[in-house]
Amino acid sequence: MSAPRVTVPRSLDEALAALAGAAPETLLLAGGTDLMVEFESGRTAPRDVVSLWRLDELRGVRDEGGGLRMGALTTCADLLGSDLARARADVLVDAAAEVGAVQIQNRATVGGNLGTASPAADLNPVLLALGATVRLRSASGSRDLPVEEFLTGYRATARRPDELIESIAIPARPAGERRRFRKVGTRRAQSISKVVVALAATLADGRFTAVRAAAGSVAPTAVLLPSLAAELVGQPPDEARLDAAARRAARDDAAPIDDVRSTAAYRRLVLQRVLRTELGALAAGA
Amino acid sequence: MTERRVEEERRGFSRRAFLQGAGGVAAASSLTEAVHAAQDPASEVQRMRGPEEVELRVNGGTLPATVEPRTTLLDALRHRVDPPLTGTKLVCGEGACGACTVLVDGRPMYACMLLAADVVGREIRTVEGLADGDGLSPVQEAFCEKDGLMCGFCTPGFLMSATGLLERKPDADAEEVRRALSGNFCRCGTQPHIFEAVAEAGRRLREGGR
Ligand SMILES: Cc1cc2nc3c(=O)[nH]c(=O)nc-3n(C[C@H](O)[C@H](O)[C@H](O)COP(=O)(O)OP(=O)(O)OC[C@H]3O[C@@H](n4cnc5c(N)ncnc54)[C@H](O)[C@@H]3O)c2cc1C
Ligand code: FES
Ligand code: FES
Repeated sequence: MSAPRVTVPRSLDEALAALAGAAPETLLLAGGTDLMVEFESGRTAPRDVVSLWRLDELRGVRDEGGGLRMGALTTCADLLGSDLARARADVLVDAAAEVGAVQIQNRATVGGNLGTASPAADLNPVLLALGATVRLRSASGSRDLPVEEFLTGYRATARRPDELIESIAIPARPAGERRRFRKVGTRRAQSISKVVVALAATLADGRFTAVRAAAGSVAPTAVLLPSLAAELVGQPPDEARLDAAARRAARDDAAPIDDVRSTAAYRRLVLQRVLRTELGALAAGA
Repeated sequence: MTERRVEEERRGFSRRAFLQGAGGVAAASSLTEAVHAAQDPASEVQRMRGPEEVELRVNGGTLPATVEPRTTLLDALRHRVDPPLTGTKLVCGEGACGACTVLVDGRPMYACMLLAADVVGREIRTVEGLADGDGLSPVQEAFCEKDGLMCGFCTPGFLMSATGLLERKPDADAEEVRRALSGNFCRCGTQPHIFEAVAEAGRRLREGGR
């Protein structure tokens, strides 16, 4: 076996050119907070690596059509320091604040959270709930995919080997949309989520007009919770309705696994309770 | 630890081998074998396959270091600069303990999870850069006064996290201090003293005592 090679491109074009000719199993490295742990655990065999960390072109948050677009290398710390992100994607910033400790936040990127597609990723459920799209870029062009199509399964994505995530867009906030984010873990810093919930909903004349919700750690990857919308849209937010919606989403939309951190039944129960609490808070206008 | 070894053997490789270029070429390579833009003359793309000499900006100076493609910054600091900078510690090697915390452009990061190649040209600060000759930094002084250490193994990491915080925000409150230090662990249980020390250092910095 020839020794693995690390490529450190100096521009996006160089990175794309490097990927175009690279072996399919070539790894992209951003902040390394997932990959370096995988190397440590031996889960990932030696392979060529293209490091993106120095590509400032892939950093930063900017306005796009009243929403925002952020480069794939935007870190959790960048989000925490961005007034635009706070104004346009408040719940994403809330989620970023709960990712690891400061040392992790300074390195963990939005593109890396998507790239790993871990069930326990904290940012991905928020991106799903906010209707975000992923822009994939290769030497031959680019394409936009909704996050739910980008995340295809347990640590699996729709990225082709010659593509990288260039940026992520969050559409403008619909008038009156209320949002909630909640992470349930074991301790505040550095904890891997047991359940993460993100909600975005609008109410008009005492009824739900739109509901988009997503959860993490309740299925092989972050998932939308379509049952919640099915139960709630067109309905008033009364207690019984919210109870039923939370119960149905936990039953029908979640597919949790037993693992070292929790049992499947426990995760379903936590999901139901957290959804119920957050729906209540959202309906109350919090 | 043993479990990991067994697992590595079963799989036939280890991260350490991986991070060091999987051995294959290491022995035979000379610096000139580093595959620079050689295959791609029009491009500035840097390709590393073997060891290569880079310059790291550390504590205000420039240090040459011979690094492999997958050498971490931690490995480079501890083993590949002369004299070695062993103040930055290796404990877990996977982002869980904070013993390897350094500042990169003023921000605390885990050196065990950072490729040396990715921080060439960036300003790196380690615990060795805190004191000015024999004069300890305000954070170091406060750690001594408040007994912020027992065995001391975690101390360099805590000092760097605290310094990173206070340089940006000398008026950080108790909650901010706690959060800024939440990526550092102390097996000896000195956290309460450390929190006190950082609060004290903040007070001094605010009062202008450098
Ligand atoms: C101590 C610790 C605590 C953590 N806590 C949390 C937590 O609380 N919440 C949480 O969600 N995560 C947590 N993580 C996981 C990790 O920090 C996040 O998933 C992070 O967002 C990964 O980003 P990265 O840039 O470091 O990714 P990397 O490790 O660099 O890459 C991760 C994956 O994404 C791919 N990738 C990266 N960038 C791109 C791109 N631009 N295009 C295509 N593919 C790409 C890589 O190829 C790789 O497969 C933690 C990790 C550690 C070590
Ligand atoms: S050695 Fe880097 S975090 Fe533990
Ligand atoms: S003083 Fe011993 S680990 Fe902190």
